[in-house]
Amino acid sequence: MAGAVNLLVQSHPINSALSLIVVMGSLAAEYLLLGAEFLAAVQVIVYAGAIMVLFVITIMLLNAGKEERSQGSRVATLLGVPGVLIGGVLVAWTLLHRSDMQSVPIGALWGDPKGIARLLFHDFLLPFEVTSVLILIAIMGAVVLASRPEVAARGARKDGK
Amino acid sequence: MVPLSYYLVLSGILFACGVLGFLIKRNIITIFMSIELMLNGVNLSFVAFAARWHALSGQVFVFFVMVVAAAETAVGLAIIIAVYRTRETLNVDQVNLLKL
Repeated sequence: MAGAVNLLVQSHPINSALSLIVVMGSLAAEYLLLGAEFLAAVQVIVYAGAIMVLFVITIMLLNAGKEERSQGSRVATLLGVPGVLIGGVLVAWTLLHRSDMQSVPIGALWGDPKGIARLLFHDFLLPFEVTSVLILIAIMGAVVLASRPEVAARGARKDGK
Repeated sequence: MVPLSYYLVLSGILFACGVLGFLIKRNIITIFMSIELMLNGVNLSFVAFAARWHALSGQVFVFFVMVVAAAETAVGLAIIIAVYRTRETLNVDQVNLLKL
């Protein structure tokens, strides 16, 4: 949670990225406490590993500096901070005052990879295959979008001839 | 034994931080990271409910959310790079035209 607040406070994007890594790591610990050992491993590998490396590389590649404030951002701060605070307090109050909320056991490892794999490859086989197509399209889109325009134009001209 | 509501409140706080960052940040990369923060908050409540009802399908859904988030990050960062190449800026206030 401190990491999440730090993400908002920092003005330099690389500091925000580092605090986001802290959030991901502590969320992985939470998953482990909740018994989702496979998800904790995936969280560390995919989020704290792959996605954050992508973010940090992009920040370095684009040479991102401190962000400057503008009129629009001041309006968004004035309207957004009280609104989100009020909403958060309402949600927290409602959740904490519900008496029929049960509690969760801690430390029991029941989310083993075997059960998840059985579910993933039997019951959720079609969504799994659809996500593979989604990933393929995302890869192609990323390559097309990130390629240099002149290189793409030269390739198109070569194709035309 | 930890009450389920604590996890839900933490997840709500993470989501609220994501919304707040989305609203007040002007750097497009930081806005993107706020979106990731929101996805993580939702994932936490998924896992908490899955632990409450001992239903593994909640964890499978978190897995799918992670896959979609990874794809979204790849495409989004590619778009950011393309925008930076044409605009030379990362400030969302200065990116107000789809076409130069």
